[in-house]
Amino acid sequence: MVKKNYAFYPGCSSQKGASASNFVTSINMVCDKLGIQLNEIPDWNCCSASIGYGEGGLLPRLVLNARNLALAEQHLPGQDLVSGCPACWLSTREAAEKLHEVDGLMAETNEALKEAGLNFKGTVRARHMVEVLVEDIGFEGMKKPVVKPLEGMKIAGYVGCQTNRPFGIDGESFENPQYLDKMIEIVGAEPASGYEQKVTCCGGALAFSEPEKSQKQIRDIVESAYDHGAEMIVTPCQLCQANVEVYQSEINKKKGTKLAMPVVYYSQLMTVAYGGNPKDAGLDGHVIQPERLRQIAERKK
Amino acid sequence: MNDLNQQAAAHYGKNFLKEVEDRVEDGEWVKMCMQCGVCAGSCPLGPHWEHSPQKIFRMIMAGKRDEVLSSDSMWMCTSCYNCIVRCPRKLPITHIMHGLAHYAHKLNIAPKGQPTREVARLFWNSLVQTGRVNELKFSLAVYFKDGFVRGIKNALAMQGIGLKLMKAKRLNPMEILGGHKCKDAGGIKKMLAKAKEIEDRRQGFSS
Repeated sequence: MVKKNYAFYPGCSSQKGASASNFVTSINMVCDKLGIQLNEIPDWNCCSASIGYGEGGLLPRLVLNARNLALAEQHLPGQDLVSGCPACWLSTREAAEKLHEVDGLMAETNEALKEAGLNFKGTVRARHMVEVLVEDIGFEGMKKPVVKPLEGMKIAGYVGCQTNRPFGIDGESFENPQYLDKMIEIVGAEPASGYEQKVTCCGGALAFSEPEKSQKQIRDIVESAYDHGAEMIVTPCQLCQANVEVYQSEINKKKGTKLAMPVVYYSQLMTVAYGGNPKDAGLDGHVIQPERLRQIAERKK
Repeated sequence: MNDLNQQAAAHYGKNFLKEVEDRVEDGEWVKMCMQCGVCAGSCPLGPHWEHSPQKIFRMIMAGKRDEVLSSDSMWMCTSCYNCIVRCPRKLPITHIMHGLAHYAHKLNIAPKGQPTREVARLFWNSLVQTGRVNELKFSLAVYFKDGFVRGIKNALAMQGIGLKLMKAKRLNPMEILGGHKCKDAGGIKKMLAKAKEIEDRRQGFSS
């Protein structure tokens, strides 16, 4: 199989030992099965996420992202930049577009990039991993390697914000995108239909600064999954995954609830459905264990 | 009033809209707002905003400079982009809110101790050091932002979660010794300093 090559931008949370390291573990097996070759951008830096704006002005933030784009352009020519993290994707894509749209910004950016010995010509496209899967591989293509359908599982597809807005995936609706539900179906599980918290915000970076307000959002997201009969939540977003999984115990402590809803990445579902073991799927990386998924992953056939 | 703020107020006089257009990210869009209120109704933290984006836009046009810049409203933005995709006039509202927050922070008239302002500052400081955010040091800095005693209390309260994350190999205690970083951290620092210098010059901050 001829592999499709991409310039991979993992992002800070996907580094070894960081909060989303199990995303990278699982996406590696998915890519392997689908003929996707991820070539890590050498010496990539932080995108400044959606919280860097407080201290960092627009140009410094654009320059941070332009550095990654320039490194991809120089070292991995002709390849699309791909990130699995919505915040990385959003910042990089916003930068790539803004540099072309606003007069003078490209020149200013390159003047700053020169200090790091780089220059950006503006030829790189920034894409999200889910775009690569949906647009370049397609739903049928994603289905082919399935050897162990996740039969009998009902899963709430929680898309969240930044994978969905403002750019969206494959031109889908911002209010009720379907791709994640389709991916749940592809791996043989049942999407929780009518899950109305699908595109609700988990609080994002404000989970740190405004815990009470964010935890109210998280409680709604989890309780609605229970209401719709789901046994698990799946998400494409690193920050959603961490926030929605990790703070359930805090909410239980403060509000007397008994939330214990596993939250996994789409790549973990796919890895298990593709025959991967719990380690391949990064299932050791959870504070709320996805027990049923683990059982399927441990099963021989 | 501090120097930067005083100079800005003196330079623009009563024309706060012009100041926003010149110096705030996507500020030239503000005058396009038609006061429909969809942004206000779309915000997940809407009830916690002292002034919704809709009101902020009107206040800018009415020259309410101090009320806007000292408000903690913009700091309630979670960057969910609901307002952007729903705005019938396609105003990049999220960006304008970030821009206003940044400008108020730069002039040092944003609310003191505003938690998101503090977290944003700590996040940026973390990334500037090595080119990448160190999640452990950043989290500890957030816990300790209100002083040592508060920090110990915060850290203890979150200890259970921290231990669980360590067990799940998603929080590495060794990161405290340095951890992940860019090889060209020095180049990144110089590049960011240059970018700030260019932007300050363009916005008329430097002499």
